[in-house]
Amino acid sequence: MLDVWIDSIISGILLGLVYGLAAIGLSLIWGVMKVINLSHGAFIALGMFTAYFLFAFGLNPYLGVPIIFALGIILGIAVYFVALHRIIDAPELSTLLSTFSISLFIIGLGTFVWTTIPYAIDIHVGSISIGNITILGTKVIAGIVSIILTILLYIFLYRTKTGKAVRAVSMNRVAAELMGINTTRILALSFGIGIALAMTAGALIATIFPFTILSGGVYELKSFVICVLGGLGSPIGALVGGLILGIIENVITLQIPTGLVPFIEFTILVAVLLIKPSGLLGGEV
Amino acid sequence: MRKILVALAVLILLSSISVATAKDEIVIGFTMSQTGKFNSESKEQFQGLKLWADQVNAKGGIYVKSLGKNLTVKLVYYDDESSKDRVQQLYTKLITEDKADFLISPYSSGLTASAAIVASQYGKIMIATGAASDSIFNKGYNCIYQIYTPASRYLTGAIDMLKAVDPNAKKIAIVYEDSKFAKDVCKAAKDYAEQNGFEVVLFESYAPGTTDFTSLINKIIAKSPDAIIGGGHFADGETFAKQLYEKRVKVKLISLLVAPAVPEFAKIGKAALYVTGPSQWEPMVRYSPEMAKKLGIEWFGPTVEEFVEAYKKAYGYEPGYHAAGGYVAGLVLQKAIEDAGTLDTEAVKKALEKMDIMTFFGRISFDTGEYYGRQKGHEMVYLQWQEKKGELVKVVVWPESAKSADLIYPLTLKFGKETTETPAEAPAKEEKGPGFEAILAIAGLAGIAYITRRFKP
Repeated sequence: MLDVWIDSIISGILLGLVYGLAAIGLSLIWGVMKVINLSHGAFIALGMFTAYFLFAFGLNPYLGVPIIFALGIILGIAVYFVALHRIIDAPELSTLLSTFSISLFIIGLGTFVWTTIPYAIDIHVGSISIGNITILGTKVIAGIVSIILTILLYIFLYRTKTGKAVRAVSMNRVAAELMGINTTRILALSFGIGIALAMTAGALIATIFPFTILSGGVYELKSFVICVLGGLGSPIGALVGGLILGIIENVITLQIPTGLVPFIEFTILVAVLLIKPSGLLGGEV
Repeated sequence: MRKILVALAVLILLSSISVATAKDEIVIGFTMSQTGKFNSESKEQFQGLKLWADQVNAKGGIYVKSLGKNLTVKLVYYDDESSKDRVQQLYTKLITEDKADFLISPYSSGLTASAAIVASQYGKIMIATGAASDSIFNKGYNCIYQIYTPASRYLTGAIDMLKAVDPNAKKIAIVYEDSKFAKDVCKAAKDYAEQNGFEVVLFESYAPGTTDFTSLINKIIAKSPDAIIGGGHFADGETFAKQLYEKRVKVKLISLLVAPAVPEFAKIGKAALYVTGPSQWEPMVRYSPEMAKKLGIEWFGPTVEEFVEAYKKAYGYEPGYHAAGGYVAGLVLQKAIEDAGTLDTEAVKKALEKMDIMTFFGRISFDTGEYYGRQKGHEMVYLQWQEKKGELVKVVVWPESAKSADLIYPLTLKFGKETTETPAEAPAKEEKGPGFEAILAIAGLAGIAYITRRFKP
């Protein structure tokens, strides 16, 4: 019985790290741009399919991570200039609708091209088993990649000049602009990184679970819960939120029917909003 | 002047009547799920039905005695997006705008239940294929006819099979998708298992669209059952089987709904090996005109070989039961129209009630009692994925009379030597895990946080 618990906790942690990665993207975009990115799920799904096709061309999805990340940045910057730049100062509803239409656009096109049948990346990297505990290699690698990316993001935000500019914009955009920071460039870059994180998380999830073009929505909802839990605008908070969610999903369900998981997740969401609206580790980037 | 007007009116009336009766095609309406979660199953069903229509039309159509001529078949269909709401809108459109003479159901019990409401409101005959739910048939509808073996008889064979092969097996875990169809099947299977002296150690559902079964599988491991039965549709069943294998779950028998019967199931490789599943029909079943003769009933339509060949020729691969179900839906309608000799709904209904035929799909006859229209004649077969010359193949292993190979049991054989000895588990103590305590602790912490915040000076 004990080994089952250990197994669940480890799976929860590893999966939580990946959820956290997806949520960091959402959190960063909110923190810097004050935009709630409703196209996050669509980009997660797009990341899944990118990984799938790279794999189909013979590239290991883990080696493909830098490519997917780079693609995400380019795509994010392009989307920023097409759909967000001109309404960045408009009320939040405008950016909400804009990102939602991007989501509809991607999902609609994806449904047309790939239909909604499930795809899966059939990759085997072995597994670690001790007694009844079996941890899949894919989950371990996904967890490690998530940690590495989070560390890299932190180095970028706290050790580089551009990163400092990103933080400055998130604190006060007008003041940052007065200090000579090109805010348009920073906003575009932030959106690019946010999308890149979403797509990378998608690629990592795709190595573990099967997916369809509609799968992104589930992870988008999880990202929202995680962001609120960890505090919007706090990358490390998002990672912690992801861990909490991953563990809840895997451990609590040993005792209660799995169908209740969304109920518990959203109860937590409401509870956090009522008790500590800034999140557990709330703050600015 | 008035006379001329009256004559003109009569003429118009007459011509409109003659337009109405000058029918040269039979319109069959249905929806298919070109998009949404039933996409892959629905496509197979449609291809089967289309093959039937093409074959019938190639022969000039269906002979209708009252009109004294052959009528061709016209299929009218829309995409229901796997959505119940769309199904209701579209079946109304099919009846009122497209003037469908007969209806065929969408794929899946849930969508068919929606379509059945509309069909019976308008009193149109609907052949329900791809829908195995029993509960569609106790609502008093009198024009819905089921092709599939109903859910209540879907997984009971797996229990018979387990009992026959291993009298020592006692514990069963039932894990199923939270959908109408899977719930119907698994509730019936649970009752049947308990009647047969099995202990159902786990009876739990998972949400449709689930991709992560880790926690459910850990629960299964904790209960160490002899067999796992359940599943739902294709995508979740395939994922479930894959993750059971990745976690090296050591059970003796796995029997899942839908997924193992679909040829793509082999894509998950070794995870598919020795997994069993019920199937409405398989290309290697042995229904034959001789069998029909022995039972004293009529054989109708192509033989199994003829159907499989025609399907392969049309689409390039072997048909599964979804495709066969689509074809038979058309076939049954054809037989009923031929027997009735008219397109009149009441007459065709009488023909369907009387129907007791053998087809390549098996026996077809309908319940006329409390569950009016429910399938009565057809039986499930059980298949297993086995390895032949390094390739995964499906074989029929149950019932005894229909099997094409022996059941390989237990399933743990596939793990090879690494797990030859399954340690005899100590009698599972009912250890209470820290689950609820954890929830309470979190709630407590939240409460404390709230109070300290509230009463800060």
